[in-house]
Amino acid sequence: MDGIAPLIASTLSAGTILALAALGLLINERAGILNLGAEGMMLMAALAGYATCVHTGSDTLAFIAGAAAGAASAACFGALVIWFNTNQYATGLALSLFGAGFSAFAGIKYTQEKLPERPRFSIPVLSDIPFVGEAFFKQHPVVYLAILFTLALSWFLGRSRGGLVLRAIGESPESAHALGYPVRRLRFTAVCIGGALVGMSGAYLSTVYTPLWVEGMVAGKGWIALALTTFATWRPARVLLGAYLFGGVTMLQFHLQGQGVNIASQWLSMLPYLATIVVLVLISRDINVIRINMPASLGKPFHPTS
Amino acid sequence: MFRLEVRPQPSATMAWLSPILALAVTLVVGASLFAMLGKAPLSALAVFFIEPIKNGYAWSELAVKATPLLLIALGLSVCFRSNVWNIGAEGQFILGAIGGGWVAMQATEESSKFILIPILLAGIVAGAAWAGIVAFLRDRFNANEILVSLMLVYVADLLLQYLVYGPWKDPAGYNFPQTITFAATTKLPKLFRGFRTDIGLLIALSTAAALWVFLFRTYAGFQLQVGGLAPAAARYAGFSSRRALWTALAISGGLAGLAGALEAAGPLGQLTPYVPAGYGFAAIIVAFVGRLHPIGAVFASILMSMFYIGGELAQSRLGLPKSLTGVFQGLLLFTLLACDTLINYRLVWHTSVKPNAQPEATLAKPSVKSPGSA
Repeated sequence: MDGIAPLIASTLSAGTILALAALGLLINERAGILNLGAEGMMLMAALAGYATCVHTGSDTLAFIAGAAAGAASAACFGALVIWFNTNQYATGLALSLFGAGFSAFAGIKYTQEKLPERPRFSIPVLSDIPFVGEAFFKQHPVVYLAILFTLALSWFLGRSRGGLVLRAIGESPESAHALGYPVRRLRFTAVCIGGALVGMSGAYLSTVYTPLWVEGMVAGKGWIALALTTFATWRPARVLLGAYLFGGVTMLQFHLQGQGVNIASQWLSMLPYLATIVVLVLISRDINVIRINMPASLGKPFHPTS
Repeated sequence: MFRLEVRPQPSATMAWLSPILALAVTLVVGASLFAMLGKAPLSALAVFFIEPIKNGYAWSELAVKATPLLLIALGLSVCFRSNVWNIGAEGQFILGAIGGGWVAMQATEESSKFILIPILLAGIVAGAAWAGIVAFLRDRFNANEILVSLMLVYVADLLLQYLVYGPWKDPAGYNFPQTITFAATTKLPKLFRGFRTDIGLLIALSTAAALWVFLFRTYAGFQLQVGGLAPAAARYAGFSSRRALWTALAISGGLAGLAGALEAAGPLGQLTPYVPAGYGFAAIIVAFVGRLHPIGAVFASILMSMFYIGGELAQSRLGLPKSLTGVFQGLLLFTLLACDTLINYRLVWHTSVKPNAQPEATLAKPSVKSPGSA
């Protein structure tokens, strides 16, 4: 029983990385853009956040830097796929490959650097409750921010005019264009905002979760986040739950290793990746479940004819 | 300002020119990067583009790295042409090395030289089987092949680590994570005395020729490409998209596996955790730069191999990190995709026509001719 509260706490923390990235990708995809570059964007943002934190000592600035790096790289991607009509798959892959190379190159001296003392957080009163306090109320503020953001995004997509427009440009850009909406500019905005969220996820990873910088440290989390949007059938609340579930799988692996379970560590490390495949298979099996919420024009380029 | 205007027909010239243009842009960016890092740009670029081809030995090293890149890129070209997005070639490469390595470990000094055939076959089968998982999950459960193939890269990497840290670890290896060194009989025959280039190069080049025939001279290859270009047309013609999926993944997985087995039995000679060198991902760039064409892939693989060797040289000669290779590779693909836009569009400089002047012009000169005027 001793290990359970920290396990829940670390699950929430690990889940937040996936949740932020997946919510960012969800905004992209709702606007009809499939961004395979998340892995590379997270790497660059993780480095930007880490470097900022090393030099300024400020967590807030680190998150801003991460979000800026994510938004900037997303803007490059967005400009290419939206105005130059490049293939979304190939361009996203290019971003992932470039991000991996660039972050490894630019980050080489930060592998030696250490962050200043990491601040500890706890919500007064609530964090004093035995077990529950330890499990839920001693998290980094961004963990709660991610939950608030999920609720806000749910409201925005389902209940606001802006959300309706966003969904329209993902479902039928032709109709939105005919109604006079600047489809390409709106798509670009969605890509940049989504990129900023993916960037925040990278910054959270390197400055809060690990906290250190290693080449290739994202280790597939960007891809798992991409799978999460499908798994959650493009609904924010399900994305958050799915992210915690995957965070739990990741943590379970460390927990089992800590318990001295007699399985080679590599098999346990495979768990998150295998879980992603299993979940993808389960959810994709029934194409109708996917189609209900999948943006109809996802991944399809749009160029206005007039 | 300029804008993009759709060309009446895709430009064949630009299709050839685009990779060259992209390379030029990459070079300019690279040169400025070197200047920023305080290195003389021209001599730094020479490390990437002159040193790797300056003599026979350098060419041989170039070929050693170009061989796996070419084999994998050939398979990926077939895949991408049929619109199957296998991006997990790295995993299939690892499985090929594991499969080929397992057979090679069984060999003794007395084994016949023909042990090479089962080694390479095991690599092909293992790689194709790993890709087969992707095909099966896509075919049977409609699971996205991009994500599944990619997740399997991480699984393959961990599987390799499990083997070399665990059951396959060399008992006499001072506890290093590595298998035994394969028996000398499993070594691939070298092409020239004193050079590292082996028959893998010939295998890769003949595969390129074979795939050219398959893609452009056989009905099966044609069916595969129609499925990629126009799925509706392929369905109408009765071409099976399921068969295209399985064929594309079997070919690309098999070739990536072959590359893995060649790497294990060739330059490596044993399995270590460092078998995956990113060839599977770099080959994606090779395939695109080579225009998804077998002959183009040959040239593109040489270029990408230059980036690899240049990165190593930049580390030893200029004290720059080896990861510079990845920066250049990513940059090249980015600029290539941007340049590819010029195949279907042309840049038109805006002569400043007032937008409200246009309706009048349309009225004065009706674009639709009346039936009588014809």
